[in-house]
Amino acid sequence: MNLAAADEKPVERRIPAIADPAVNGSMTRSPLAYTNNMVEPTRHEHDAPPTPKVTVESLNFFYGAVQALHNLSFVLAENRVTALIGPSGCGKSTFLRCFNRIHDLYPGTRYEGRITLHPSGTNIIDKSVDPIEMRMRIGMVFQKPNPFPKSIFENVAYGLRLKGITNKNELCDRVEIALKSTAIWEEVKHRLHKSAYEMSGGQQQRLCIARTIAAEPEVLLMDEPCSALDPIATGKIEELIRELRKKYAVLIVTHNMQQASRASDYTAFMYLGKIVEFGPTQQIFTNPTVKDTEDYVTGRFG
Amino acid sequence: MDSLAVIVARRKRQDKLFGALGIACTSLGLIMLVVLLGDLMYQGFGRINWQFLTSFTSRRAGSAGILAAWVGSLAVMCITGLTAVPLGVAAGVYMEEYGRKGRINTIIEVNIANLAGVPSIIYGLMGLGVFITLFDFGRSFLTGGLTLALLILPIVIVATREALRTIPVHVREAAYALGATKWQVVRHHLLPYSLGGITTGVIIAMSRAIGETAPLIAVGAVAYLASLPQPAPFSGEFPFVSFEWIESPFTVLPILMFNWTSRPQADFQSNAAAAGLVLIAITLSLNAIAIFIRYRARRRIKW
Repeated sequence: MNLAAADEKPVERRIPAIADPAVNGSMTRSPLAYTNNMVEPTRHEHDAPPTPKVTVESLNFFYGAVQALHNLSFVLAENRVTALIGPSGCGKSTFLRCFNRIHDLYPGTRYEGRITLHPSGTNIIDKSVDPIEMRMRIGMVFQKPNPFPKSIFENVAYGLRLKGITNKNELCDRVEIALKSTAIWEEVKHRLHKSAYEMSGGQQQRLCIARTIAAEPEVLLMDEPCSALDPIATGKIEELIRELRKKYAVLIVTHNMQQASRASDYTAFMYLGKIVEFGPTQQIFTNPTVKDTEDYVTGRFG
Repeated sequence: MDSLAVIVARRKRQDKLFGALGIACTSLGLIMLVVLLGDLMYQGFGRINWQFLTSFTSRRAGSAGILAAWVGSLAVMCITGLTAVPLGVAAGVYMEEYGRKGRINTIIEVNIANLAGVPSIIYGLMGLGVFITLFDFGRSFLTGGLTLALLILPIVIVATREALRTIPVHVREAAYALGATKWQVVRHHLLPYSLGGITTGVIIAMSRAIGETAPLIAVGAVAYLASLPQPAPFSGEFPFVSFEWIESPFTVLPILMFNWTSRPQADFQSNAAAAGLVLIAITLSLNAIAIFIRYRARRRIKW
């Protein structure tokens, strides 16, 4: 589905708008308007125009009686990296974890609204949609590297085994491809059957990314993937994220402003469970329209 | 006000005092254990020989042996383990992973913890009522094994739950995020990773069960038994394996020891001590297996 080619009006109607209070109290702007009309960040000028991979419409999320997310609307574009920034406790991770329904593991959680996965049009958070299928289509990388206490090979192969692949050759091939695309193949090819716990933290995180993409998901969620890593490992992961952008729609939560500005194409600033501002990263960082966003990205928030 | 040096000196004295107290308490326990073991060795070690291990009990202390008792102990333990481990592990997994956390779950949890503290004779009476009177299993290996299985079931359940709780939530989430079902998470991850903890709990439970006397008296263990479980479990004829032996009368080491210690002849006392040594040897071997498994499991997994 190509947005530029799509009929704009029905799309506009389907996607609820985000209020943009700093510009005009009553003026509203659809997040899709950004992906349609926005100036692409310069370094990606040659890219095809963005198409929405996931659209979020009036999403509310509750932990028991506590509402954690308020009426969120958002678009995750295919082949782009979208960053979620905001102070601790603002709901970034909660929002990200809605995309693969991992909240379902815990009692008392509840979703309202719609998260549509394109092009199939599946409403991810619909009760009739199987969360297990969603998790196979939407991969997630966690904050802390969390390999299984199994061999490096078994870690990467696990998602494939869940998909029912038992052929040894196919498993080997796909594990190799995944490890190569996360750039750790050279470091681990001689010890594939050693425990993943013998790797460094940075290697473990790249292994976890390899484990996620080996299963070939459609969307990649990353919840502060570098917060437990040193600057060198962080640099490698960021480089990797820019590579992964070619194949996936990437949604990344980060506390690191530099990381958001370096690695992402779009940025959403969240505060108190709401999306305050959402737009091209360049604009969010250089020319934010909302005062809170400006305060936050310049480090004056408080 | 005291000078700093005086205050530090006083606190150091307190520190030393507590250290000394700790050593005293620890060594008291250890010394008692060594004395007990030493006494048992002194009384019984000379009695342990091939004849003692391979003979049935007898009215004459010199020719009495513990064959039926140690075979019986092992056989009863097999039945207990085969029953209590699957049931207890499954119950623990269910309560920890599947059951909804709520008031009912809490009530069940508290009750299971309490069951672990119920006097063992109560289990014996329950075994008598349920397995003998109600199910008509008779005074058999089956009844003895099942009674002890009930006795250790709470310990196995609690150990399983504790072991599952030590697995960090991020490892579970990693598996779920790849699209694993609950059962796959349990089967591929939680059970293998908690194997060390579960095994430790199971062995502790088995060590308790193998020394139990009271509940087995209640369900009719025989002290004077001059036969092995009949018919033999393996034979040369089809179908080669038979489980009918579980219906035959049974005895175990503690029962035989109990019987021997109540006899007036001094020779029977050393027989009882020797049987005690064999019981301790069996328990220690069980523990050694547990330590080995735990060591293997821990070497692979550190969170």
